[in-house]
Amino acid sequence: MINISEVVETNQMIEKENLDVRTITMGISLLDCIDSDIEVVKKKIHDKIYNYAKDLVKTGQDIEKEFGIPIVNKRISVTPIALVGGACCKKPSDFAQIAIALDNVAKEVGVNFLGGYSALVSKGMTPAEEMLIRSIPEALSKTERVCSSINLGSTKTGINMDAVKLMGEIIKETAELTKEDDSLGCAKLVVFCNAPDDNPFMAGAFHGVTEADCVVHVGVSGPGVVKTALEKVRGENFEILCETIKKTAFKVTRVGQLVAKEASKRLNVPFGIIDLSLAPTPAIGDSVADILCEIGLEYAGAPGTTAALAMLNDQVKKGGVMASSYVGGLSGAFIPVSEDQGMIDAVEANALTIEKLEAMTCVCSVGLDMIAIPGDTKATTISGIIADELAIGMVNQKTTAVRIIPVIGKGVGETVEFGGLLGHAPIMPVNTFSCDAFINRGGRIPAPIHSFKN
Amino acid sequence: MKKTIITVVGKDGVGIIAKVCTYLADNDINIEDISQTIVSGFFNMMMITDMSKSKIPFADVSDELAKLGEEIGVVIKCQKEEIFDSMHRI
Repeated sequence: MINISEVVETNQMIEKENLDVRTITMGISLLDCIDSDIEVVKKKIHDKIYNYAKDLVKTGQDIEKEFGIPIVNKRISVTPIALVGGACCKKPSDFAQIAIALDNVAKEVGVNFLGGYSALVSKGMTPAEEMLIRSIPEALSKTERVCSSINLGSTKTGINMDAVKLMGEIIKETAELTKEDDSLGCAKLVVFCNAPDDNPFMAGAFHGVTEADCVVHVGVSGPGVVKTALEKVRGENFEILCETIKKTAFKVTRVGQLVAKEASKRLNVPFGIIDLSLAPTPAIGDSVADILCEIGLEYAGAPGTTAALAMLNDQVKKGGVMASSYVGGLSGAFIPVSEDQGMIDAVEANALTIEKLEAMTCVCSVGLDMIAIPGDTKATTISGIIADELAIGMVNQKTTAVRIIPVIGKGVGETVEFGGLLGHAPIMPVNTFSCDAFINRGGRIPAPIHSFKN
Repeated sequence: MKKTIITVVGKDGVGIIAKVCTYLADNDINIEDISQTIVSGFFNMMMITDMSKSKIPFADVSDELAKLGEEIGVVIKCQKEEIFDSMHRI
């Protein structure tokens, strides 16, 4: 029988330490919506998403109420739209029309984001994929809830440098078209190396072609819970530190597993994966950087940060993996700047630079995330930053990503306010030496030698 | 049948348990276990209850108890036992 101290512990995690289930994301395949007539495609997309997801938000709310655990986001991911729209879209604005249709159905079923305005071009681009990429600025400026992600490289294929170059320009153009909102469009756009098919987190969620018709994924979180647990072992050695993180991650993930199984049962949709992530929010006490400080750093970015993060990431996985029947997605600590008050503080104290963030991405999930840079940064410089980050993913056989926001009209020292979960960020300086000749070469970087495992 | 855990947290006062128990009895909700403790100066009470014969659905019990809590100055939560089982039992 459950005892009162266990009940108090769980409820303290929820009420005081921001324990929550970060997202229930329903992945829906749109492959059967393909048609040569764009109006038919839009109707089929609406009907399919509506049929599967009409009860998603209500089910999430019911589970929240019955178990007393907040489920912050209810979201949808779909098949990469470059595949779905390839047969009917003849120009970029046709793709943008599909984005608007997706936005409308997202609003109709009440989800706050829908991911999958995507193309997977790690080796080469089809004409449809290039068209989708060229439509991103228009699509993101005309929609509110649609998120876009592009896979530009992988360990198996190398890096598509033509697409890297193009994405530098597309990110700039998206920033320009959404400059009235501090270039917010770029917060809904991410590029990947080794993108996972089953990621429930935005902006990078899409429903890969390896997936079933419809599945439910759950992303758990709880940086505040880990931080509070570590407060109790201050000054202890690494063995005790690691055990504490593992046990906490286990408990947090068990709650995610419960919610995932319940959601799957009630929606009559198979359970996909749990994404074991420490995903921060701008709320005080919900910060990954604060955990790094609790481990013993003055600020995130101080010497020792990469080692501390590597250890944290590994222990979260070790604890979480045992608590869930299927683990997938990104799984690890997220280090977005604008969404984490501790990271913002570190940038403002000049403790954290883009270069240090790049080093940190070698040892944790994802990559350069929610980083605001000066609006006059050149497109080729953005492409160079992307290429560096993707190279880390390619060589280390891990997912890496870049979600960077050149804030039009603002420079270093100024701050940008995105609001809500996206938070606010100081504009960070970028290395301004040129990489034009490197980016303009064209072609692709071959797959690394260790990808040939056959 | 899975149980429902009702927790009451707040400043101690006269008649808190009586009011909650009266509400549960009026709705045919059986209390199987009851315990209490003080955490950081706050009164914490936990009841393990069986709602299988309850006159009203879970969501209404949850809302009405939350309202009752507001009236008497405490926080009352209803949660299905599974969340605690998941976290604390393998």
